[in-house]
Amino acid sequence: MGVEGIGASVVRKEDKRFITGKGRYVDDIKLQGMTHAHFIRSPHAHAKVKGIDSSAALKMPGVVAVLTGQEIVDDKVGNLICGWAITSKDGSPMKMGAWPAMAPETVRFVGQAVAVVIAETKNLARDAAEAVVVNYEELPAVADVHAAIKSGAPQLHPEAPGNQVYDWVIGDEGATDAAFAKAANVVKLDVTNNRLAPNAMEPRAAIADYDSAEEHFTLYTTSQNPHVARLVLSAFYNIAPEHKLRVIAPDVGGGFGSKIFIYPEEMVALWASKKVGRPVKWTGDRTEAFLTDAHGRDHVTHAEMAFDANNKITGLKVKTYANFGAYMSLFSSSVPTYLYATLLSGQYNIPAIHAEVVGVYTNTTPVDAYRGAGRPEASYLIERLMETAARQLKVDPAALRRTNFITTFPHQTPVIMAYDTGDFNASLDAAMKAIDYAGFAGRKAKAKADGKLRGIGVSCYIEACGIAPSKAVGSLGAGVGLWESAEVRVNPVGTIEVLTGSHSHGQGHETTFCQLVAERLGVPISQVSIVHGDTDKVQFGMGTYGSRSAAVGLTAILKAMEKMESKAKKIAAHALEASEGDIVIENGEFKVAGTDKAIAFPMVALAAYTAHNLPDGMEPGLKESAFYDPTNFTFPAGTYICELEVDAGTGKTSFVNFVAADDFGRLINPMIVEGQVHGGLAQGIGQALLEHAIYDASGQPVTASFMDYAMPRADDLPSFNLSHTTTLCPGNPLGIKGCGEAGAIGASAAVINAITDAIGKNNLEMPATPDRVWRTIHAA
Amino acid sequence: MYQTVYHRASSVDEAVALFSKSSEAKFLAGGQTLLPVMKQRLASPTDVIDLGKIKELQGVELSGDVLTIKAGTTYFDIMQNADVKKATPAIAYLTSVLGDPAVRYRGTIGGSIANNDPAADFPAALLALGATVKTNKRSITADDFFQGLFTTALEDGELITAVSFPVPAKAGYEKMRHPASRFALTGVFVAQTKSGEVRVAATGASQSGVMRVPAIETALKANWSPSAIDSVSISASNLLADIHGTAEYRANLIKVMAQRAVAAAR
Repeated sequence: MGVEGIGASVVRKEDKRFITGKGRYVDDIKLQGMTHAHFIRSPHAHAKVKGIDSSAALKMPGVVAVLTGQEIVDDKVGNLICGWAITSKDGSPMKMGAWPAMAPETVRFVGQAVAVVIAETKNLARDAAEAVVVNYEELPAVADVHAAIKSGAPQLHPEAPGNQVYDWVIGDEGATDAAFAKAANVVKLDVTNNRLAPNAMEPRAAIADYDSAEEHFTLYTTSQNPHVARLVLSAFYNIAPEHKLRVIAPDVGGGFGSKIFIYPEEMVALWASKKVGRPVKWTGDRTEAFLTDAHGRDHVTHAEMAFDANNKITGLKVKTYANFGAYMSLFSSSVPTYLYATLLSGQYNIPAIHAEVVGVYTNTTPVDAYRGAGRPEASYLIERLMETAARQLKVDPAALRRTNFITTFPHQTPVIMAYDTGDFNASLDAAMKAIDYAGFAGRKAKAKADGKLRGIGVSCYIEACGIAPSKAVGSLGAGVGLWESAEVRVNPVGTIEVLTGSHSHGQGHETTFCQLVAERLGVPISQVSIVHGDTDKVQFGMGTYGSRSAAVGLTAILKAMEKMESKAKKIAAHALEASEGDIVIENGEFKVAGTDKAIAFPMVALAAYTAHNLPDGMEPGLKESAFYDPTNFTFPAGTYICELEVDAGTGKTSFVNFVAADDFGRLINPMIVEGQVHGGLAQGIGQALLEHAIYDASGQPVTASFMDYAMPRADDLPSFNLSHTTTLCPGNPLGIKGCGEAGAIGASAAVINAITDAIGKNNLEMPATPDRVWRTIHAA
Repeated sequence: MYQTVYHRASSVDEAVALFSKSSEAKFLAGGQTLLPVMKQRLASPTDVIDLGKIKELQGVELSGDVLTIKAGTTYFDIMQNADVKKATPAIAYLTSVLGDPAVRYRGTIGGSIANNDPAADFPAALLALGATVKTNKRSITADDFFQGLFTTALEDGELITAVSFPVPAKAGYEKMRHPASRFALTGVFVAQTKSGEVRVAATGASQSGVMRVPAIETALKANWSPSAIDSVSISASNLLADIHGTAEYRANLIKVMAQRAVAAAR
């Protein structure tokens, strides 16, 4: 590796513009003649829209139009889709209610848009919105998943009787029952995985610009995957054919999954731009983010684990109710099924698993993928079960895990996933050493003498990342392939533009992707630019989520680089009068191996474009592209151990130490990986201690601002102690597994296991607020 | 935010005169409550009168046994002030755990007590220390000033100019921070006056806003020590309950915070 190659902690190229306020986000863009949209949103969780009177609003200053849900339906803009078809255990397809971009008849969650005001300024639009009179007839609402499936519960969609979207199963029920029948011990646990609001720093925003002469739309939007947005807007929402729609996702300030989805506001902005003949901008505020960004998690689960007399796991039964909110968001159906239940084997050899997942509609904000998406729910469940089992079986929790670790690879789990490689003992060892696990009993005793409740909690997570082999996900119901594309454009003077279908919204691709080029060619990263986020520039791509950009996106770049290098070697060999096979690339030069004959890379590039002296029959130019489709998921794994103290008087948790030993395969930029782990851990700890998107029984959100929704602050978090135990992923040539979600997947179980260890009571739900911990300590 | 007319007053008299000429004016101190509420369109004053440039509202004075903090002094300036640290370190500590750095740089003592948020920190200090609120018209004792949730003795257009605190023999403040807002989930200020009186005030706990805690006062009067509070029973009735804390939890916090405040008192 060079100083800027793979494995170097290169300072992020993009940070100069972000830190100096020069980032260009959607809201920074101003178009000539631009109007501003303000949405009128339902204050009710469930109601009939009996009428909308916009006559007064239309007379107000600066108002261009007031558009309603009925109009968008009349104009045949398509209903929102769910892109992953799930089949229930009885063979029936999942049951979905229609989701129009604005509600013409019925609103089903607080915040759902019924109309939009288009005006000259944002404030004028907001003023006019207050003059629009919406006549609602309130209906009974239901927010809780168990209440929603009871008979007599308010019904959301006629298409989904009993509010049930699907009842899906995976695994071998007979084999699992047989394992339980023979079990020496059975461990049971009920857990709730709390609903979270994603809260990217930049709220969602969109600008739509319709060109009537060209019948062409441009959409600037806060998207993690602009190409998918264009595909869906074209193929399903009838906005425009793909060649008449350009989607640009410029700098995007965080996504965490919530910006994967195509939202009603983007559809309305496009449609409205054509209707009013002017560009339309919408920028959400934080309240709108709480109300309308797809939430995450929200599972209620009962699980049982069977053990033999040697404490080996023999079976696992899981039943989960997943709260989908009021509508099925774009990838929501896959999250509690193929992204969750397929990971229920954890790091363990479990011969028989059976899981049932019931998807449920409620009068709440739709729920979809949020950092980790299904895998945090699986990991939390398994790691809480392992801790519970260790307590029940009276064995050391680390030792119980070790007894059950998968140690030979590849390993086929009973729930689809085939783990390719890993060394779970290595990461457990590293974490135990880092936290001095052996010395914990002494520290606990000393803390007790000082009046403190000290606990330690282990979490051994595994995730399936590098999403995903297209054929495999297609066979499971996915509506898209999950490959990635790349193009390497060498300019005549030898600078390089790399076009990628991945999208960076905080991940640092503009640095890490350049590092691959630096590694291959020995050129400085300053000579390389990464181009992404514009469907007019990049041919196609599937975007960034599921820790896929390095494992899939960067591999596509590698494939394109190999093609480019192959052609460049032919040009160099021709120029140097040598055999192509003798050409090696070193420090920005193409050399004849073992000689001092060399040609600098810029000269090769120039030769490709002057085309004065190319090998016979060779096309001019130096530009290659590639599509890469992975052959398997990747399986990042690791161990997190948390040591903390609980203040018995207040229930407040204070961290003593938090160690992470991760196996991400090859690291491109360890500094950026460290940042990803820190951010993920913050979100995992946030879920464990602070964050909870709460609705009251009538479906009113209780946590719709940062005054009530507790986002983790720096002083809520410990100083992290990170390390890596590496096994290279055999599934891709760079050996990468991915690192973007691990922290959020593994952290919460470590925290709850530690708190429950400290207080000596096993049952404690997230978030473990001081009040909840205090009540648990003092419960009879 | 709705349209409003912004005024920058250069004196208390000018501010009060501007107020009387406006139909629905609001005084703007640090803006830590008013501005967010206006941005959310929950308040729509016709006129906003900025007090930030009024020199006579700035500063701290220690005169004998009386510490006077002018109403427009920011939390940060209070926290850093040598006289505050010397006379009543508990006030300096209270400001150090109030909000976050951004709030402390902008927010003012006058703004806090005029708003009288039931979970604000400063009302507890005023009540426990037996402070006097000075306005452009009169002096009001803390006991009379705070009259329930977001309610004070202030009349329309009356402007707080300063708060005078008797320097106590000992005082301490401890607070359980609200995990989201960083207001007091419950905060307790304990004070022992130089004449031996004990006053204890709790904020964030009661449905009626900041309150004295007579049971703890009695216990501490008999024995100024954390253990004196062990046997005190605090009723959960009439205490606040929300997603971050049940009434029973807050009742517990009143005791625990009082004990810790006594332990920390200097």
